[in-house]
Amino acid sequence: MRFTINGQSHEAEVDIRTSLLDLAREHLGLTGSKKGCDHGQCGACTMLVNGRRINSCLTLAVMHQDDDIVTIEGLGTPEALHPLQAAFVRHDGYQCGYCTPGQICSAVGMLDEVAKGWPSHASADLDAVTLDDAEISERMSGNICRCAAYPNIVDAIREVAGERDEVAA
Amino acid sequence: MSLIGTLLGREETRSLTMDQPHPHSLLDQGTQGVIGRPLDRIEGPLKVSGRATYAAEYPAENLAYGVLVRAPFGSGTIRDVVADAARSVPGVIDVVTDYPTFIRNPQQGGEMKAPTQGVQKVDYHGEIVAIVVADTFEAAREGAALVHVDAEPAEGAYVFAAHRDQAETPPPDQIPPTTSQGDVDAAMAAAAVTVDATYTTPSQNSAAMEPHASIAHWQDDGTLVLHGAYQMVASDQSQLAAALGVAKDKVRIVSRYVGGGFGSKLGIAPESVAAAVAARKLARPVKVAMARQQVFDATVRRSNTEQRIRLGAGPDGRLTAIAHETLATNLPGEDFFEPAGIGTHFAYAAANRLVDHKLVRLNWLLAGSMRAPGEAVGMLALEAAMDELAEKLQLDPIELRRRNEPDQDPEKQVPFSSRQLVPCMDKGAQLFGWADRHAAPASDRRGEWWHGMGMAAAVRSNMLQKSSARVQLTPEGRAIVATDMTDIGTGSYTILAQIAAETLGLPLDRVEVQLGDGAAPPSAGSGGSWGAGSAGSSVYLACELLREKLAKAMGTSPESMTLKDGRAIADNRAVDIAELVGDGLSALGEIAPGKQEKAFNQASYGAHFAEVKVNAVTGEVRVERMLGVFAAGRILNEKTARSQCLGGMTFGIGAALTEELVHDPRNGKVVNRDLGEYHVPVNADVPQIDVHFLDERDIHANPIHAKGIGELGISGAGAAIANAIYNATGVRVRDYPITCDKLLEGLPG
Ligand code: FES
Ligand code: FES
Repeated sequence: MRFTINGQSHEAEVDIRTSLLDLAREHLGLTGSKKGCDHGQCGACTMLVNGRRINSCLTLAVMHQDDDIVTIEGLGTPEALHPLQAAFVRHDGYQCGYCTPGQICSAVGMLDEVAKGWPSHASADLDAVTLDDAEISERMSGNICRCAAYPNIVDAIREVAGERDEVAA
Repeated sequence: MSLIGTLLGREETRSLTMDQPHPHSLLDQGTQGVIGRPLDRIEGPLKVSGRATYAAEYPAENLAYGVLVRAPFGSGTIRDVVADAARSVPGVIDVVTDYPTFIRNPQQGGEMKAPTQGVQKVDYHGEIVAIVVADTFEAAREGAALVHVDAEPAEGAYVFAAHRDQAETPPPDQIPPTTSQGDVDAAMAAAAVTVDATYTTPSQNSAAMEPHASIAHWQDDGTLVLHGAYQMVASDQSQLAAALGVAKDKVRIVSRYVGGGFGSKLGIAPESVAAAVAARKLARPVKVAMARQQVFDATVRRSNTEQRIRLGAGPDGRLTAIAHETLATNLPGEDFFEPAGIGTHFAYAAANRLVDHKLVRLNWLLAGSMRAPGEAVGMLALEAAMDELAEKLQLDPIELRRRNEPDQDPEKQVPFSSRQLVPCMDKGAQLFGWADRHAAPASDRRGEWWHGMGMAAAVRSNMLQKSSARVQLTPEGRAIVATDMTDIGTGSYTILAQIAAETLGLPLDRVEVQLGDGAAPPSAGSGGSWGAGSAGSSVYLACELLREKLAKAMGTSPESMTLKDGRAIADNRAVDIAELVGDGLSALGEIAPGKQEKAFNQASYGAHFAEVKVNAVTGEVRVERMLGVFAAGRILNEKTARSQCLGGMTFGIGAALTEELVHDPRNGKVVNRDLGEYHVPVNADVPQIDVHFLDERDIHANPIHAKGIGELGISGAGAAIANAIYNATGVRVRDYPITCDKLLEGLPG
């Protein structure tokens, strides 16, 4: 099968039982995406597939022919961090770091959903979505952080979202 | 590892046993200005970019994948592990069983001996009994599903209520099981006001986000290198070597990054031995990552508890009696008991006291340490009971605690090394707006929601453990810190770098910290909140020695030398440190606990404040805001320390509201063995939490004057929420977690 991951196109023979997460971690050497549960219950494996966030443990690799996949490694490097990655460092939006790649990929996807005006359970007005703390918390609740960096994660995301709004305005 | 030291013959050791107070600390005299500051984690860029490498992520040639097989029954003896079907799965290499060597129960933290081995005997549902090894994970998983465990079933004890009457007194563990002073019964009978209440807490799971994982790789010289997810490398190496029957120096564990521990990775778990046995048999490296369900089944739980608290007080609220009697559970032969009364020993004054623990033997998975063993659940009971007493006395809960402030350890009659409970409560009251609380419960309804505030005290004993570290100064004037200490999210990398940078006068980016490698000097490891104080002191001592060497090289005394920004300044001269180092300098630092431990009661303190709202229709509880004020000696890094407190307080939210392992009464099986059913707090459950630190130095604790903080945040946090729920609704739930169903019936109309 063929797919693009972090901008690089790949051709690979893939076991039909292999999840997208295991493809990345065990076959492509991309161990940034984490396995916390393998059951779609923790969000540690979150990747962006064609721009949308998904739990990569819950999808088989073979379902992603021709897809454009981005993992945490594709967002930035230690020397050139993505703005959200840098904000997580500044705000201590992590402790052990195991949920962190998933949190950050999820936040990238989430901000895009907000930009598209998709409402959530926390939205007071379904037609005019604004990103307050309650919205961030609600939309990030698929990503468990047992270290409980939640308040700092919210701070980091709010800051980056705010900067974006300023640029857009 | 001590290459430089040996080659140059220069490595010396600076040891310190804490027999005396240590009033002077170089950290107060440093001019680098990095200690205490809220600096970003030095390993942060690696973590946020996915480049930090956790146990299961190390590449190895010819790696095979192992998937563990469990016993699907609660008690019995295995007749056969039937593996023909598994062996016929393409890609499966072998199904490995080794009854005597596989570990039946994981080990407790800090033990040097092998855990209970022997898996032909099954003591709890989910015990790991075999491993399927294959060329791919998928084949191993398919094979594991096909293994049949044939067994002779045995009777088991699966229900707490049915066996609580057979509780026995365990041998001393972290604390003695029983202590008493005076006559509690007589004091209770004579007291003007009393509380006699029983609280229950369920089994809990640490649920660290990284499941336990090991890659076992036997080297040609017969050494096992195990990349594992472990908190205490040195003792885990001893445990693993003993379990495998090899010499201690033939096992090297590497745990550079650990995806959370919270106690669950203190001692070795079944995957380590299974991986090592399989790797030895197949002569190739084997990787085993436990499935999340196996982590729930077969690692370690916090014991459930039943706690009876009795408080007797005079009309002025002064306590005359405190009794805290706990029933906890564990497997047959396992003597760890949840020390729920550990904080009650010294939290409040009272002449008549009883703290007691008994164990009920059950065939549930091992009970052991989970974040703040003792205080985490003990304070849920004690601090709720104090709230009940305050209500009976018509006293403000803070005032009640103030009136029962002991002037020394009320049992051992030794002074406190420091104790700022009252200042924590006062500061918190002021910051939180405690004065706005309605004293009468159920008096603040807004629309569908009842609102209320609660508070609770936090206490956590401070411990120092033996720990060592090597610090090298390279010819380029950089420092390299090496110790087998781990960073499980606690901030070890960063605080150790800060200590070295401050004492050696180096910018932080000229300090490199190497952790988690069993080849490095042994440390206290991450447990019991002793990591910062113990490992930090060892680094401090090594640096102190290096300072002396630098001073000597400069021809001056350490006292008259200032180290800053990589330069040594003395006698109106300034020299680049690199010029004083020659071919490199190396020093070992070693700290050990001493007489200060017994001469003083050492603990950290805090006060929690919570505001909740409870839905009048559904009983849903929302935590609106929380504040924790803490005094824990010197805060080494305000940013990472705050995060530790956030984490602890959030564990408190989970304990108060959602976390409960449910055991099947028929076989002890953990019914809710995944993150969909075992409810840890998620982002939307946690409000913006405020954390405030009081300035403190503890000169009796260690030379850096810091005390533990990782577990203080959980102590009492859940009780503050429970007390807020009572204040909001007038409903007192004594059976944690406080779920909607327990509240609904009593909610005011
Ligand atoms: S590993 Fe995919 S959601 Fe947990
Ligand atoms: S940082 Fe440890 S689980 Fe989130």
